[in-house]
Amino acid sequence: MTNVMEAKNVKLKYGNFEALHGISLAFPAQKLTALIGPSGCGKSTFLRCLNRMNDDIDDIKITGEILLEGKDIYHSHIDLVALRKKVGMVFQQPTPFPFSVFDNVAYGLRIAGVKDKELIEQRVEESLKQAAIWNETKDNLQRNALAFSGGQQQRICIARALAIRPEVVLLDEPTSALDPISSSEIEETLMALKQKYTFIMVTHNLQQASRVSDQVAFLMNGELIESGSTQEMFLSPKKEITNNYLNGRFG
Amino acid sequence: MAKKEQDLQQVVENAIAEQKVPHVKFKGIDPKNIDVDRLTKPSKETRQEWWGRGLTFLAIILIGMLIVAIIGFVGMHGLATFIDNKVNIFHFLFSTDWNPGAGKNHVGAAAMIVTSFAVTLLAALIATPFSIAVALFMTEYESGKRVQLLQSVMELLVGIPSVVYGFIGLMVVVPAVRTIFGGTGFGILTATLILFVMVLPTITSLTVDAFKAIPKDLRKSSSALGATKWQTIYHVVLRAACSRIMTAIIFGMARAFGEALAVQMAIGNAVLMPYNLVSPAATLTSQLTSQMGNTVMGTLPNNALWSLALLLLIMSLVFNFLVHLIGKKS
Repeated sequence: MTNVMEAKNVKLKYGNFEALHGISLAFPAQKLTALIGPSGCGKSTFLRCLNRMNDDIDDIKITGEILLEGKDIYHSHIDLVALRKKVGMVFQQPTPFPFSVFDNVAYGLRIAGVKDKELIEQRVEESLKQAAIWNETKDNLQRNALAFSGGQQQRICIARALAIRPEVVLLDEPTSALDPISSSEIEETLMALKQKYTFIMVTHNLQQASRVSDQVAFLMNGELIESGSTQEMFLSPKKEITNNYLNGRFG
Repeated sequence: MAKKEQDLQQVVENAIAEQKVPHVKFKGIDPKNIDVDRLTKPSKETRQEWWGRGLTFLAIILIGMLIVAIIGFVGMHGLATFIDNKVNIFHFLFSTDWNPGAGKNHVGAAAMIVTSFAVTLLAALIATPFSIAVALFMTEYESGKRVQLLQSVMELLVGIPSVVYGFIGLMVVVPAVRTIFGGTGFGILTATLILFVMVLPTITSLTVDAFKAIPKDLRKSSSALGATKWQTIYHVVLRAACSRIMTAIIFGMARAFGEALAVQMAIGNAVLMPYNLVSPAATLTSQLTSQMGNTVMGTLPNNALWSLALLLLIMSLVFNFLVHLIGKKS
């Protein structure tokens, strides 16, 4: 099992407040890793470190290493734009751009300078198919993406992230703003996509984590308490506190 | 009264008889303890509500009447030119012969209409790129103190009285234009340059609002797809804010179209069709301000000025209509 990404002793400080106290975690390729933990435990913050979305925040200091294919993404030679093409992201709220579905999915390719119309069309179709939204959009690709339902919008966003063929896709509670039916559709989409991409997902929904993930990492108060295969974690966690959390005794 | 109390007693007894949960007792409720009068009369709060509502409606009615009166008055006098003085409306709109004192065949406002639109469009054309640039700087590139400083500067620009703008225009811009382009220095170019500064804060602050209304997540999504800041601005922010920027420009144009004093001081006030930007001209507003003291109420020259006022009023309605139209479309 090769690791696509690996975090080594990642610490993050907002001013004097340390939000992450040294997290080390490896992400195996073509697997879905779920980051779970109570609100405010730092799991979303950690996720955003993985494609450097925290860089804009004032007064932030990140130490440690995050290796993507063996290279530290916080190294000064790393180009942010290139990094984000390899590590895509889907947010909690569906965030389609206010223009057509086609332009939404083609966005990443176009800003990367792809001019070849056929390639763009082909990629858009492929990505929409991968995100299991092709049937609902194929007849109205020119329709404004905002005109679709929340679940459809989120799948368009997933298609948009997939269109640039990232190595890793970060998912920040991708279903928490959606109804149960849309959520389960997204889950099915993810299950199917696991063969091709590496996913790292933050979720509050423990059942969801148990259904779709291969590896689970439990974070609390900015620390990685335990990580392991989903089966191990849910059936025989090594630590009492993990057991308590997974069984709903707190959090 | 006795009847009411009996009714109430009946209600309480019925309730006790019908109650399904036996341990709930209606002990405390005794019709004799209840002040039926107080409960059946409007309370103090209800009366306050009536008062508040009444005062609000009264204010609305008064303002409504005022607006109807203004429109009616301007309309009546403005139309008198065409009804009483028998001026041909097409002649008014398309002829450049403006000399109302000479009779009904010399009431042509075309030169002023063209000039008004020229200064408005040119001012908006110059101001828009600057406004967008300033707004982008304030929302996308900077935050904190420098934005606040810019904001205060913009508010200051709004607060400067138009006579001051006019005075600066007269003393600085007119000589500058005279030196560079020759002629008198008065004209559309001078007026445009003054109006540009006057509409800049209007367009800028509305554009800032437009950019602020775009969710942060949209920008984040864009950068998460590997877009640079400028790509995000160009492809997402500007595109998403497009209709609101249009609205901002129209508000700016409405301001420019209606500005009288500063324009009057800088444009030269000669009712001539403008064939270039540096010869004296006159807008609808400048003609109105400069001539209103020189006419007698009820005469053709006076009515002709009312017609100009009516035209300005209609144009401001058109601007408002456009804003609503764009708002609905987006």
